[in-house]
Amino acid sequence: MRPILEIKNLQVAFDTYAGEVKAVRGVSYTVNPGEAVAVVGESGCGKSVTAQTVMGLIPSPPGRVVAGQILFDGQDLLNFTERQMQGVRGNQIGMIFQDPMTSLNPTMTVGRQIAEGLRKHQSLPADQALEQAKEMLKMVGIPHPDRRLNQYPHEFSGGMRQRAMIATALACRPKLLIADEPTTALDVTIQDQIIDLMRNLQRQLGMAIVLITHDLGVVAGLCSRVVVMYAGQIMEAGPVREIYYRTQHPYTRGLLASVPKTGKERKPLVSIPGTPPDLFSPPPGCPFAPRCSHAMKVCGQLVPQEQEVSPGHRVACWLTHPLAQYRKQEVAG
Amino acid sequence: MMQGEILLEIKGLKKYFNLGHGRVLKAVDNINLKIKKGETLGLVGESGCGKSTAGRTIVRLYEPTEGSLIFEGEDITGLSGSRLKPFRRKLQMIFQDPYASLNPRMTVGDIIGEALDIHKLARGAGRQERIVELLRLVGLNPEHANRFPHEFSGGQRQRVGIARALAVEPQLIVCDEPISALDVSIQAQVVNLLKELQNRLGLTYLFIAHDLSMVQYISDRVAVMYLGQVVELADSLELYAKPLHPYTKALMSAIPVADPDEAAKRERVALQGDTSGAIDPVPGCRFQPRCPVAKEICRQQEPEYREVKERHFVACHLVV
Repeated sequence: MRPILEIKNLQVAFDTYAGEVKAVRGVSYTVNPGEAVAVVGESGCGKSVTAQTVMGLIPSPPGRVVAGQILFDGQDLLNFTERQMQGVRGNQIGMIFQDPMTSLNPTMTVGRQIAEGLRKHQSLPADQALEQAKEMLKMVGIPHPDRRLNQYPHEFSGGMRQRAMIATALACRPKLLIADEPTTALDVTIQDQIIDLMRNLQRQLGMAIVLITHDLGVVAGLCSRVVVMYAGQIMEAGPVREIYYRTQHPYTRGLLASVPKTGKERKPLVSIPGTPPDLFSPPPGCPFAPRCSHAMKVCGQLVPQEQEVSPGHRVACWLTHPLAQYRKQEVAG
Repeated sequence: MMQGEILLEIKGLKKYFNLGHGRVLKAVDNINLKIKKGETLGLVGESGCGKSTAGRTIVRLYEPTEGSLIFEGEDITGLSGSRLKPFRRKLQMIFQDPYASLNPRMTVGDIIGEALDIHKLARGAGRQERIVELLRLVGLNPEHANRFPHEFSGGQRQRVGIARALAVEPQLIVCDEPISALDVSIQAQVVNLLKELQNRLGLTYLFIAHDLSMVQYISDRVAVMYLGQVVELADSLELYAKPLHPYTKALMSAIPVADPDEAAKRERVALQGDTSGAIDPVPGCRFQPRCPVAKEICRQQEPEYREVKERHFVACHLVV
């Protein structure tokens, strides 16, 4: 099966007055049709920049793709002209953002915003597009779609706005939905509803999802594969159960340990000391080494190569090197 | 620790906001809580439930519309000016947004020092010494005193906010979502710091947050708020293991679990709709329009907030 999205060795940099920020430093991952993949990491790790590059949303200047390929359905999106990209955005790839209030147009009714894509991409006449917009509102579970169609975003609650944004993104039935922190601004109960909705729509429409998040809890309920990013690079990637139950990278382990488990006796919360590195001058070697409690001498000097530890489970860590077996047993024990 | 004396008693606290045109937002509507010395009381609820307003009213950033605050046996509700000042020292607050709550034009040393100046706690060399001591206490370096807030990361700024609160040697700190603006790995750092400081300095916390798993982790007891009222209060482990109020049950079941197998087999209480109606609350129980098990009585009578088990309070008609 050909992947719907294949990112190969992507490198993105931003030119600023203070120098070049290497935001994405050689990221590769694939998304298969109909599959939900999570990209996890802290702020500044490059997860959103990668997704925005896929959508062609990086302003240039200051942004610049230094190297790499983004194959969507076999075609390299980086070679597309702006006009060609406009045919992809919102049509073949939909995107939803963290803050629905600032991503929806406050001066346009919700109905017109959903219909806009349909009119542009599928050349539907206004009345048919609105009719379909109503169907979309119904599909994302907004009650009274007739009335809601003619309302403005400010008349919607946070959860309803996020539903409206999903309706906008899915109106043209894209093959891929990129969801950038779609539930971060929402309450837990609403977050639960939105994740549920995304799971159902994924099955119903057979689309692929790239879920960008920092919340490992949200990932567990929705995605089948996980990519863990840190300082512009992939630390670990693999099937969701592999990542959670056979964690290899100390950073992933740290992320999982810093989320308290409810209902269990309180174990001390493991925190990762320090802060992520400055991407103006990324450290040589593994970017996580300065914060890693298992760092060896080599970690600060050479970038670890990616190793496949089991089918589909990739790790970039010196501890997986055969010569580090002794050290690794120490870590596990 | 749990049997200790009561540090702050909140009695029938109300905070209404007048919206004009005769409309009133009842952000906090009759809250009764007792915070014990040395404990951490968690306060959770969805956005708009009034938890932050409650916190701000408790430290008297807002004037309560009704009700009283009794701190160490003394009613501080009506106090103002110089008579309130000694209590300001004992009640401090840490804010959610470490970017907005530090003055960008002041150095970190002056931000912390300002609190010392206002309460005349230290001068000259003593002031400088105290600032260094506070910075060390929250895990920053003495050199950081001369820097400005923009030179720090979010986690470090939150440490500055904590140092500022600690400067006046408070007894109770209201922590209003102190970690929700921070990254996951940094959240754990700040929570561990708060716990360590509590052990060392004997602090009492009112910990307000919407992150239920973190609240359970840090709190001894947890109160759940819904539309301006406390609907359930119990010891932290008890509340998470045996929630009684249907709203608490729904909240607990919505917490995402970072475990794919558990996430798949978890029973969930689906909750329809969202919170609205703090302006015109429905008659009867406020949760009734969203409640999956609501009965006729819930639509007619407001449930009483009562102790149903030892140290477990709930406001629901259907809990026996």
